Amino acid sequence: MTVAVSVVAAAAAADDRLLAREARKLRRSGSLGVSGWIAIGALVVLGLVALLAPLIVPTDPNAVSLSDAYLPASGSHPLGTDASGRDLLSRLIMGSQTALVGPLLVVVASTILGTALALCAVWFGGWFDQAVVRVVDAIFAFPGLLLAILATALFGSGLTAAVAALSIAYIPYIARIVRSAALSERSLPYVAALRVQGVRGFVIATRHILPNVSGLIVANGTLSFGFVLMDLAGLSFIGLGVQPPTADWGAMVGEGMSGVLQQQPLEALSASLLIVITVASVNILGDRLTERSEAHS
Amino acid sequence: MSEPLLTVQHLTKTFGRGRSETTAVSEVSFTLAAGGSLGIVGESGSGKTTTARMIIGLERPSGGRIAFRGHDRTQPARSTKQFRERGRDIQIVFQDPYTSLDRRQRAGDCLAEILGVHFKLGRDETKRRVGELGELVGLDDRQLNAFPRALSGGQRQRVAIARALATEPEILILDEAVSALDVSIQAQILNLLSDIREKRGVSYLFISHDLAVIRQVTDDTIVMRRGSVVEQGTTADLLDNPRESYTRLLRDSVPREGWDPSTITARL
Repeated sequence: MTVAVSVVAAAAAADDRLLAREARKLRRSGSLGVSGWIAIGALVVLGLVALLAPLIVPTDPNAVSLSDAYLPASGSHPLGTDASGRDLLSRLIMGSQTALVGPLLVVVASTILGTALALCAVWFGGWFDQAVVRVVDAIFAFPGLLLAILATALFGSGLTAAVAALSIAYIPYIARIVRSAALSERSLPYVAALRVQGVRGFVIATRHILPNVSGLIVANGTLSFGFVLMDLAGLSFIGLGVQPPTADWGAMVGEGMSGVLQQQPLEALSASLLIVITVASVNILGDRLTERSEAHS
Repeated sequence: MSEPLLTVQHLTKTFGRGRSETTAVSEVSFTLAAGGSLGIVGESGSGKTTTARMIIGLERPSGGRIAFRGHDRTQPARSTKQFRERGRDIQIVFQDPYTSLDRRQRAGDCLAEILGVHFKLGRDETKRRVGELGELVGLDDRQLNAFPRALSGGQRQRVAIARALATEPEILILDEAVSALDVSIQAQILNLLSDIREKRGVSYLFISHDLAVIRQVTDDTIVMRRGSVVEQGTTADLLDNPRESYTRLLRDSVPREGWDPSTITARL
């Protein structure tokens, strides 16, 4: 995990330096730019691999063969095998499913709940708005990972409890952004015009305010995806998330730790690298989308 | 004389409480006759816009009374249904044509939405009425199909006027509706408003700081300063023979040849 963290940090720093100039240029044009399209390309490939994983794995990712532990790369095992003699490439491919599905569920759930909550708060205003702000602040005070660990302690290890807990933990991020954007949207004269025309509040909120803040919602969801992926991978790394023998990148980094000490770092490294590539891609894409939604508003 | 369309009596609005209390509008009274055109003129902060917002129901008066055809509408509408009913009596056009339209909605869809809220129309009938409204304000099919960002300020304001007229109101409040437009466009919109008044018989409550504009489109005018009415009368008489020093000051503040701003500042 430390390997992953330092690589992520290095990638983030490189991203900042290399992309600062491009970002400045793009902020004006509002297009996604080369880096944005590379990120989309990487994510499309990862998504296709995850979708087709059962069809394209060379061998059964869970087939244990202790006599084949730590085999070097060969024709039958393109990346070699792990400590239990399982095919590394197959496990990486299968692992993409849990790596992508978990964050996707969290982002979709927290975005829908957070957006609905924020729009209600803005529309009804008054004490309801204040109550929503306080509740959201209270949730915000708990680190997502801590909440997820608590949930797994209460409901047992596994992806379900962690995803549910993180879905709640990520509501504040989206709710705050949508609330402030919708609040400034609501103060615009066109909303007053719609009101005095007798258009229903629900229609104003969903058909007028929501489309005008949708760019921000998508951008924020994309950025959250990377954070959730790290959270879930971290949870699997310490053994509370995805349970063995299911393949998962976070769990593979954890299982590969012993291999690192035995001069067999490939399992931990390859899984870390995939986490880094995925998180970096969604972050770059999220940044570009944020800039674009700012350029358009 | 017949019963006035709109009656405003002793309308007052205060903001804040205790020490920070400020009176935005104080004891304002006027009437607007059916088919008439009343101007409210005054400097920034004189309470013109607050008066308009109370009449349309976006602001709650602290005192006084507002009635349309004798029906009380002092308190803002409580329900969507009430907003809808009152929306067919009075409508408003705001100052800024850039923020008074939803930037994600095509001009024609904006009109169709309002028509759909107020009238039970089929799809063809809605389309026909949108076309009619567009024609009334001088927008062609291509402009009706455009998003606001593809329209100029004047065209956007035409959309806003068409939207306000969609409910077929008897009174149209124009809150600095031409102030954000450049002069040639202003003239076009003012002509358009005169035509619409002739065709539709709609009454105007025309709020502006611009005396030339007030002179062109209103019959009667009230002058407001610091929330109170300082002078009222027919527009021509008021602007040609102002009795109040403030009205004279407003008139003299309009730049012209040989005009010296320092003489105005000295009189403030």
